[in-house]
Amino acid sequence: MAKDMSKKKIAIVGGGISGLLATIKVCELGGEVDLFSYCPVKRSHSLCAQGGINACMDTKGEHDSIYEHFDDTVYGGDFLADQIAVKGMVEAAPKLIKMFDRMGVPFTRTAEGVLDLRNFGGQKHKRTCFAGSTTGQQILYALDEQVRRWEVKGAVHKYEFWEFIKIIKNKEGICRGLIAQSMNTMEIRAFLADTVILATGGPGQVFGRCTASTICNGSAVSAVYQQGAEIANPEFIQIHPTAIPGSDKNRLMSEACRGEGGRVWVYKDGKPWYFLEEMYPAYGNLVPRDVASRAIYKVCVHMGLGINGENRVYLDLSHIDSGYLERKLGGILEMYSEFVGQDPRKVPMEIFPSVHYSMGGIWVDRVHNTNIPGLMASGECDYQYHGANRLGANSLLSAAYSGTVSGPEAMKWAKTGNKGSDLTAEEIENARREVQNEYDKILTMNGSENAHKLHHEMGDLMYKYVAIERDNNGLDACLVELKKLLKRWDDIGITDHSTVANQEAMFVRQLRNMILYAMAITKGARMRDESRGAHAKIVLENGKRKMDENGDLVFMGRDDEKFMRITIVNYDQKTEEPIVTYRDFDHSLIKPRLRSYK
Amino acid sequence: MADKVRFVIERQDGPNEKPYEQEFDVDYRPGLNVVAALMEIQKNPMTVDGKKVAPVTWECNCLEKVCGACMMVINGRARQACCALVDELSKPIHLAPARTFPVIRDLLIDRSVMFESLKKIQGWVELDGSWEVKDAPIQNPYTAATAYEISHCMTCGCCLEACPNVGPQSDFIGPAPTVQAYLFNLHPLGKFDAPKRLNALMEKGGITSCGNSQNCVEVCPKSIKLTTYLAQLNRDVNKQALRNIFNF
Repeated sequence: MAKDMSKKKIAIVGGGISGLLATIKVCELGGEVDLFSYCPVKRSHSLCAQGGINACMDTKGEHDSIYEHFDDTVYGGDFLADQIAVKGMVEAAPKLIKMFDRMGVPFTRTAEGVLDLRNFGGQKHKRTCFAGSTTGQQILYALDEQVRRWEVKGAVHKYEFWEFIKIIKNKEGICRGLIAQSMNTMEIRAFLADTVILATGGPGQVFGRCTASTICNGSAVSAVYQQGAEIANPEFIQIHPTAIPGSDKNRLMSEACRGEGGRVWVYKDGKPWYFLEEMYPAYGNLVPRDVASRAIYKVCVHMGLGINGENRVYLDLSHIDSGYLERKLGGILEMYSEFVGQDPRKVPMEIFPSVHYSMGGIWVDRVHNTNIPGLMASGECDYQYHGANRLGANSLLSAAYSGTVSGPEAMKWAKTGNKGSDLTAEEIENARREVQNEYDKILTMNGSENAHKLHHEMGDLMYKYVAIERDNNGLDACLVELKKLLKRWDDIGITDHSTVANQEAMFVRQLRNMILYAMAITKGARMRDESRGAHAKIVLENGKRKMDENGDLVFMGRDDEKFMRITIVNYDQKTEEPIVTYRDFDHSLIKPRLRSYK
Repeated sequence: MADKVRFVIERQDGPNEKPYEQEFDVDYRPGLNVVAALMEIQKNPMTVDGKKVAPVTWECNCLEKVCGACMMVINGRARQACCALVDELSKPIHLAPARTFPVIRDLLIDRSVMFESLKKIQGWVELDGSWEVKDAPIQNPYTAATAYEISHCMTCGCCLEACPNVGPQSDFIGPAPTVQAYLFNLHPLGKFDAPKRLNALMEKGGITSCGNSQNCVEVCPKSIKLTTYLAQLNRDVNKQALRNIFNF
């Protein structure tokens, strides 16, 4: 049979929850998908999400409402999220849960067989559906299975172990395809598409050690940023309060631990001090992540009360029945035992905050179009839904929901969008050749720097200056240091010249993208002179960090007049530096109010 | 000077190249695991003889034992490298690719056969679509708990590497994909297609190729009771065969 040329072709980069749901939606609308991923899509980072997914199911007699989910999300995000977009997401949430249930996600159930719900941070009602402590893994698998079904039907062609390098634009500047490279054979190839959706996840690796997978490097986002896509709110990086510190990675200990009754404490004057409960009596251990992280940081770094003087506090589950723990949190308790060698059912866990999630990302409109026609973004790589701080268990929701929006919208563009001129064979080959030349040049690099060591240095820099507590001195210094790193990138030496699975050469290319992304994060933080959500900036006085009469750091307040705006970062082609401007957004539904969890 | 940990790594430059061994020393630190050690080698890829070489190639993503990517043979046993703590391994530590699968380079292998097998067993619930239909059926929480256990399978391939019946001598698709058929047969909607899955398991490479050696359950990093479910599937397949004959 002749190939049906009227079929619309959508290229989707990234096979996490957002990319897979977009894939399913495109297939259901009769389109074909080329699906690109660093790995078999079943190994995507969505599977690291542990605690659950928020949806107002209201099955616990607490009179939960969709409006409260809406309000908690907007308030938790410190009023920087587009409220119309958030409203769409929370309204769709219960329907998504029922769909996942039909697909076979093994949610944890009550004795009568309906979905169980648990508490999560920043929410006073039980609203979080969960599959033990591996909710992301279970949802990802269900979607992987559905996509496999479409693959068998011939609607999906997977390019697993292919790295997205950049988009191809026609002369009107409209995205008409992409260039990708096989990570095994190193072949570089052009792929045409009616629409390209990036669903490439977050940039955690910009900070080196974080809770993200090694593939979450933000490289694809940085690549399209350098091609003219706007990045929004990159300075809002979520620091998760409870991770197991490690030299290779900080392993997440789900917020579900606190949701199921876990208590955070340190010794003070020889006695356990449940400092979250004392500082925030209304929410206690269930304060949102930014609030908890700053409190833990203060207790360890400024008060010196960390366990044995180190940057650690206790996360304690040992008072809870071990059968209950097994049922609700089994998977992660096993992980803690395995990596730390202690049983959290018996002794308190030792944890510390870690970089976890990016609220910011590629700017998109409410239906996930970027500012480049034909290019869309969905999932963690976009900036939508979470404002200045994401509530726990809203990430699986936004990943899923965004895919259900971006998929159909991609088909709409494919069918009715003004796509301008078709790419000529010469234009396609030129785009491919350019990437080939860049790659070949990397293979000849023979300087003195090691790319992995540079990456490590960058992570240290970002943690030092752009993490929990920021000030303008540090942010200025960080920008200077990042520019030096960018210069040193030119002096990298390659030891691997192989034509098979050359991971070193690919990493060198990713690293340059990561440094440019780090500059966008840092510049966004530098220019935003206020504190909001995850972005906490210390007041400087005579060039020094200001303290109050109790010796506590003084933070800038939230400045709605100046900064209740979206940060927009554009890439300056000449200087390679980020240019920051601000844009208004829709906050017409819920009037901003002071955010306090006391 | 810090203590060193010696790694003996079986390398291979490409799919058709000959394997060879190289030795590396990595600085010891508490909590060091095999992936973290390989990352240290990336920063300074030098053998114990002082020869500068290409860094070792391997696959990893999550480093939390959920993605299944970093499976390799460590001291003779197939397992995830991220949770293989150096403290608990005898030294020197031997790393080799899982050769049940084609080797691409060094410790990097091609496990696409496992994902192909999931197509054969129809490893999904046949949905009308991702649109809203009605409430999903209520499920017995005990059955759901069993489903949850099996649904942890990360397609890592440890059980295939350990199974004596997976290899060039047999078509056996292996324990992991086979047991996935059981998972979908448990689901209230998935079970509508149970006969299709059971019939698929009657074919070449299906459950009759399982020799019941019980190696799989020993190595499963997720402690899935593979042999228990293989045995139940075996019964289900036999029942289905009778149904096919007597047409009931």
